[in-house]
Amino acid sequence: MKQNSKRVNDVILQTASIIIFFIIVIFSINLFFAGHYSPGGGFIGGLMTSAALVLLLLAFDSNTLSKVLPIDYRLMTATGLLIALATGLHSLFFDRPFLTHAYGKFDLPLLGEQTLHTAIAFDLGVYLVVIGVTMTIIQTIGESE
Amino acid sequence: MEIFVSIIIGVLTMCAVYLVLSRSLLRIIIGTALFSHAAHLLVLTTAGLKTGAAPVLVDGVTEYTDPLPQALVLTAIVISFGVTAFFLVLAYRTYQELSTDNMEEMKGTESYD
Amino acid sequence: MKSGDLTFDLIICTTLYEGGIFLSVLHFAILLPLLAAPFIPFLFKGMKQIHTGWFVLVVPVVLVSYFAGFIPVTSAGDVVTETIAWMPSLGINFTAYVDGLSLLFALLITGIGALVVLYSIYYLDKDKESLGHFYVYLLMFMSAMLGVVLSDNMIVMYMFWELTSISSFLLIGYWYEKERSRYGAQKSMLLTVFGGLSMLGGIVLLESMVGSYSIRDMVANSGVIAESPFFLVAMILILLGAFTKSAQFPFHIWLPDAMEAPTPVSAYLHSATMVKAGLYLVARMSPVFQESPVWLWTIAAVGMFTMFWGSFNAVKQTDLKGILAFSTVSQLGLIMSLLGLGAAALHYDGIDDNIFIVATIAAIFHLINHATFKGSLFMMAGIVDHETGTRDIRKLGGLMTVMPITFTIAVIGSLSMAGLPPFNGFLSKEMFLKATTKVFSADFFALETIGILLPVVAFLGSVFTFIYSIMLFTRTFMGEAKFDQLPKKPHEAPIGMLISPVILALLVVGLGFFPNVLSNTLIKPAVESIYPTLVAQGQNVKVDIYFWHGLTPELYMTIGVILLGSLLFWQMNKWMGIYNRIPHRLTLNGVYDGTLVWSNKAAYRFKDNYMTGFIRSYLIYIFVFLSGMMLFSIWWFDMYQFSFENMAEIAPYEYVLGAVVILAALAILFMKSRLPSIILLGVVGYGVALFFVFFGAPDLALTQLVIETVSVALFLLVFYHMPDISKKETRMRFKVGNAIVAVLVGVTVTLLSFMALTHKSLSSISEYHIENVYDLAAGKNMVNVILVDFRGFDTLFEIVVLGIAALGIYTMIKFRTTRRTKGDGANEAKQQTRQ
Repeated sequence: MKQNSKRVNDVILQTASIIIFFIIVIFSINLFFAGHYSPGGGFIGGLMTSAALVLLLLAFDSNTLSKVLPIDYRLMTATGLLIALATGLHSLFFDRPFLTHAYGKFDLPLLGEQTLHTAIAFDLGVYLVVIGVTMTIIQTIGESE
Repeated sequence: MEIFVSIIIGVLTMCAVYLVLSRSLLRIIIGTALFSHAAHLLVLTTAGLKTGAAPVLVDGVTEYTDPLPQALVLTAIVISFGVTAFFLVLAYRTYQELSTDNMEEMKGTESYD
Repeated sequence: MKSGDLTFDLIICTTLYEGGIFLSVLHFAILLPLLAAPFIPFLFKGMKQIHTGWFVLVVPVVLVSYFAGFIPVTSAGDVVTETIAWMPSLGINFTAYVDGLSLLFALLITGIGALVVLYSIYYLDKDKESLGHFYVYLLMFMSAMLGVVLSDNMIVMYMFWELTSISSFLLIGYWYEKERSRYGAQKSMLLTVFGGLSMLGGIVLLESMVGSYSIRDMVANSGVIAESPFFLVAMILILLGAFTKSAQFPFHIWLPDAMEAPTPVSAYLHSATMVKAGLYLVARMSPVFQESPVWLWTIAAVGMFTMFWGSFNAVKQTDLKGILAFSTVSQLGLIMSLLGLGAAALHYDGIDDNIFIVATIAAIFHLINHATFKGSLFMMAGIVDHETGTRDIRKLGGLMTVMPITFTIAVIGSLSMAGLPPFNGFLSKEMFLKATTKVFSADFFALETIGILLPVVAFLGSVFTFIYSIMLFTRTFMGEAKFDQLPKKPHEAPIGMLISPVILALLVVGLGFFPNVLSNTLIKPAVESIYPTLVAQGQNVKVDIYFWHGLTPELYMTIGVILLGSLLFWQMNKWMGIYNRIPHRLTLNGVYDGTLVWSNKAAYRFKDNYMTGFIRSYLIYIFVFLSGMMLFSIWWFDMYQFSFENMAEIAPYEYVLGAVVILAALAILFMKSRLPSIILLGVVGYGVALFFVFFGAPDLALTQLVIETVSVALFLLVFYHMPDISKKETRMRFKVGNAIVAVLVGVTVTLLSFMALTHKSLSSISEYHIENVYDLAAGKNMVNVILVDFRGFDTLFEIVVLGIAALGIYTMIKFRTTRRTKGDGANEAKQQTRQ
């Protein structure tokens, strides 16, 4: 995490964590989408993704991470909040109470018939907020001297 | 089961209170973390434990555990994470500014009149 | 529906609950001053060359002509009501109600208001004073006062009532740079708000008896109220409100200090209107309470003593406004006692001529008279102050020659106040004396025995009233002229300043000669609304006021007053010494000041004892209180019997897991260094996560696992940056006190859990979620559906909270106001907290 004078040999950790990172991220995305039908959802998916990012952070250092993934996590938090709020607000245009969700079945190419649900957009907001918040916290502490 | 968990909750709370009352800021933070564990278990326990299958709809299953406390606790877990993180940073910054994590040394010397 | 013609259709169309939602003209009239108030500061700023008062003057003039239109309605015995639904579910509606009594007050408020505003235009300099504030407060008061007298709903009335206290506070403190102003403002606020809160208690009690906040409903159900065990409590609470507002003994002490307000305010609030709100309340509540002897005696005795005490103290004052303040106290007491005596009318079986009604008639009549002569006298005092620069009667004298018009006003006002013919004060004073002597003819409530004190005290009070009235104009305008000692060279006031007092003085004379102008138009309807039962019985309220009654006891009393008063005034120097007999500490003001100082000290002492500055102490208070309350209520509600039925089974591995969690938690307590504590905390966390798995909560388990991992990483990260702290070991002593509190809370929480398991009085609402999760939300994972759909609002706020926490952390680390070096950082921060 920090360039110490005494270099630690962490090649194995770094190599392994890159592979594991992708596995965890894919798993977390699966968790996120599966949330409506089986255990999972925005919170868990988001936390899992951030756990993967933390793993990278531990294996490398924060500078490397911010070079590879130049994401402004505060912006991510704000975007997530905005998405959640917007999905809540959309129902107002249909003269329904705030945060009323809608769903419908659609025939999508490749995937066949699938149910699309506005709740997933709300959950996406949650997902982004959770990643954003966790990473903001970890990163700010990591960068502070 | 509920009685056993209730006793676990009691012990967790007891440890949490003792830690929160101590002088070290870090122990106080650990105490709050224990507190939230106790609270999460309490909410789940009072709703009744193991009353059915996990609250995911499966054809043919009619008895489920109460999903509402679970949803509440899930929210609480995430929030308590946020709070713990906030406390930690607070302790960290306090340490940077005051070079101590002893609560008694942090007390202002004069009373506010 | 007279007043509502304009908006009548609108109200019908939009009727919600029992009233409309639109303002009727009547409501608009009540709120007009308040609505006009926001424009005043702009007019003051924008139109410097015109005195702001001229714009303000429009409001009361419009209102007085509007309310005058109601006179034919009420004198015909009709009432007007308009309702706006405000909080219908709580039974609180803004019902405006015009009957004889409220109309009389409305006319006084707007009429005197117009004269006072006119007077203030000349009294307050538009270049020196912040008129923007002044007129806003004054208009606020006007609305509030109209609201008090025109509201039927007691909660609405209470709201306006407190608004009068606030505006009075602001107006007394108008010259806030003066210490005495602030003192007077605070005093009036404390006393009147104390009374107001008592009154609120009384209102709530009355509502609990009758089930309505409406005064009319209370009057209609006065029988129910009379039988309630809380009758007396409610009555005393209501009376506390009335007595503090109307400056009755022993609460009168705020009124003399309120004289720090500008004189137009004193004339308006503190003699003509606001202080009469208490009288209004007593008159308004009379039909509810007047059956009770306690009502009669409390009001009559307090009023009578206040009358004596006020006049007795007025004589020793040296400040013109001080004399007037105590005289107001005294006169308010007089009216109060008359309202009390008036209640006797209900018990008097005297054939067709009910002699006690005369007391109430006198009360109403004197109320009007007092507004006229006291208003003119206050304005006179203001003129003297304005033109000579002082109000001290020891410095004044001989002004008669330079200020003839002001002198005339003073003479008319003073003589009317003293109760001399041919002024209106004589008429009402005669009626007052007559009412007090009538107690001899009563045969109930012990009026015929101790009641004898009433005329005696009335006589004594009248003697002192006579003395200070004479003092008022002789000391100021007659005697030796000492113009060279005055701050200003005296001359007659400008004509504009004289208009209002001259109008009032003309009324004093006019009403003295033609009192019956008011009889059937204002007094009779007002009296009738105080005696709804008598009116219902068909008893006729006859109001006929005239000068010559023949050689009656009251005439002899008046002559006695004049003779004894003149004698005492002549020999004044010989008996003035009695005023110095009472040490300050024992006077009511001394008691008030002492109480303030004492409570301040006590509050500090109390605060110093528990505000130790240690978080530990505060937490102990919270924990002990929590446990105490819980254990107490368990014992109190007999909840300590637990039954455990249908409990889930325990698998052996769950015992093991539980033991691990307990041991890990306990071990944290004995860890000296921090790193192992963190790891043990992790053990507890993962253990709880496993419990979630066993409990059938896969979502929770997953979340807990990930959170625990991230948390531990976070702890370690912080340690990485706090190298010293993670290695430094503090010496830990086992604290018995902390341990006791800890065990107490632990036991309480366990009992709480047992109790929750035993007493499941309400069924869970989760059935709804389980049944509808697929149909309504097209999901299968109930927890997630609850989070994003059923209870999406919770989640939305939760992520907002998370965002705030992240922002807080970010700002704490990234935005530092100072970057200090490590060494002196500690000291500087300590100094900062000290500030």
